[in-house]
Amino acid sequence: MERKLIYVDHAATTYIKPEVLGAMQPYLTELFGNPSSIYYLGRESKKAIDEARSQTAYFLGAHPQEIYFTGSGTEADNWAIKGVAYANRKKGKHIITSAIEHHAVLEPVEFLRKEGFEVTYLPVDENGLINPAELEKAIRPDTTLVSIMYANNEIGTIQPIKELAEIARKKGVIFHTDAVQAIGNISVNVKDLGIDLLSMSAHKFYGPKGIGCLYVRKGVKLDGFMHGGAQERKKRAGTENVSGIVGMAAALKMAYENLDEYNEHLKKLSKRLIEKVFDRIPYVRLNGDRDNRLPGNVNFSFEFIEGESLLLMLDMKGIQASSGSACTSGSLDPSHVLLAIGLPHEIAHGSLRITFGEKNTEEEVDYIVDCIEETVEKLRQMSPLYEDFIRKNKS
Amino acid sequence: MYSEKVMDHFTNPRNVGEIENADGVGQVGNLKCGDIMKVYLKIENDIITDVKFKTFGCGAAVATSSMATELIKGKTVEEASKLTNKAVLEALDGLPPVKVHCSVLAEEAIAAAIKDYKEKQGHDVSDMQICQGCCGKCGESRE
Repeated sequence: MERKLIYVDHAATTYIKPEVLGAMQPYLTELFGNPSSIYYLGRESKKAIDEARSQTAYFLGAHPQEIYFTGSGTEADNWAIKGVAYANRKKGKHIITSAIEHHAVLEPVEFLRKEGFEVTYLPVDENGLINPAELEKAIRPDTTLVSIMYANNEIGTIQPIKELAEIARKKGVIFHTDAVQAIGNISVNVKDLGIDLLSMSAHKFYGPKGIGCLYVRKGVKLDGFMHGGAQERKKRAGTENVSGIVGMAAALKMAYENLDEYNEHLKKLSKRLIEKVFDRIPYVRLNGDRDNRLPGNVNFSFEFIEGESLLLMLDMKGIQASSGSACTSGSLDPSHVLLAIGLPHEIAHGSLRITFGEKNTEEEVDYIVDCIEETVEKLRQMSPLYEDFIRKNKS
Repeated sequence: MYSEKVMDHFTNPRNVGEIENADGVGQVGNLKCGDIMKVYLKIENDIITDVKFKTFGCGAAVATSSMATELIKGKTVEEASKLTNKAVLEALDGLPPVKVHCSVLAEEAIAAAIKDYKEKQGHDVSDMQICQGCCGKCGESRE
């Protein structure tokens, strides 16, 4: 029996679009040359990388020389943060980031803290938004880097990046944004935004896994990341992932060319899901900002139940979704993002993240709502918290 | 990540519910760690004739509650109070290491219900210690 699967975890990863795979295929098979080789096969690979670099730069609003390919979004984040911190440490050792960053930012920052750097974590409001005035206050003479994510992976909140970047620029501080969740979902142009560094990852927008990119504005002081050959202008050694680079550029092109249509599609599905869930299920809240959010992201907290149980039961019905529950994180604490927006532990534990993609349909949304309603009810009937709540309400 | 037995007990949990006028009720866990278990016992002539539970928690928490209640049904109070988290783990064909604390919680929930029963019977229960299952002081290594 074929398993019915409804994939609504596009913030985790996506499949590769057939056109993207088609663009990659020659570089996995007949055109396998090492881009550093001078003969025909090498030159073909080099040409493919150059074209992909130009194309990537074009869509981001950057210059090709400002594009560095990496092995992942995490690598781009690590490189940006450590690279800037070390290259500018004579100026100072103070870094500013936010409380709701991805671990790919929080962990390198924590690494630097242990190395003697100082870190300020900007708080967020109940919708996950950073107040630009807080950034202004936090910048010191010895601050060298501000790293604020463009859009949050869990609750979808989009930060006022342009405004934040401008504050940093005025004070002469380098500004990095982790745009892994933003690229492919919303229009991003580095020059319009006035940012210095940006990280992205291909597998979030129908490109392959294992390839990312770091945009570094010309003039930004950044240490190299991998030491070895002369690849990526001697900043990131290692034979290039040619098919991955080609695939990322192809996926980026498709994303930018269909951005408005894709946005509308995602918004329609999210709106339908939110409305129906609020209509049919009591004691639920929507996490993240209602307006400034990724079009395909919906993050609910269902009171009195726990997220992993909800996920497992939805999985049995074929629904592939995600949660910020402790039990899915491998620790006893629920998501740092949900705690940072002020949710109490028990409500943070009951979160469900649905992230839509191009193939999802309204019929699927309706099926998901039916399944959520049934599962939440079942788990509430099993929950001592719900029992207490009902008893209290009766008396 | 979960064994078939865990998934079976999670999908079709045994003994879910409440018992009105239960002879013993115990609740352990806390909201911070995301697991709360409540166990109800019906006891006649020192035999556990019925047992029900309600659990807020992950798949492992539900499965360990279900299995633990199955293991003590029909047993004497003395036998039930000897239930260990190890026995629950074995009956479920194991749990991932990060979920072992759920089996501790199941053992403690039953111990708490028995303590409540004994207290109601007028026994001195001051030496019965109940852990809340997730303070981590035991290193969650109890097996």
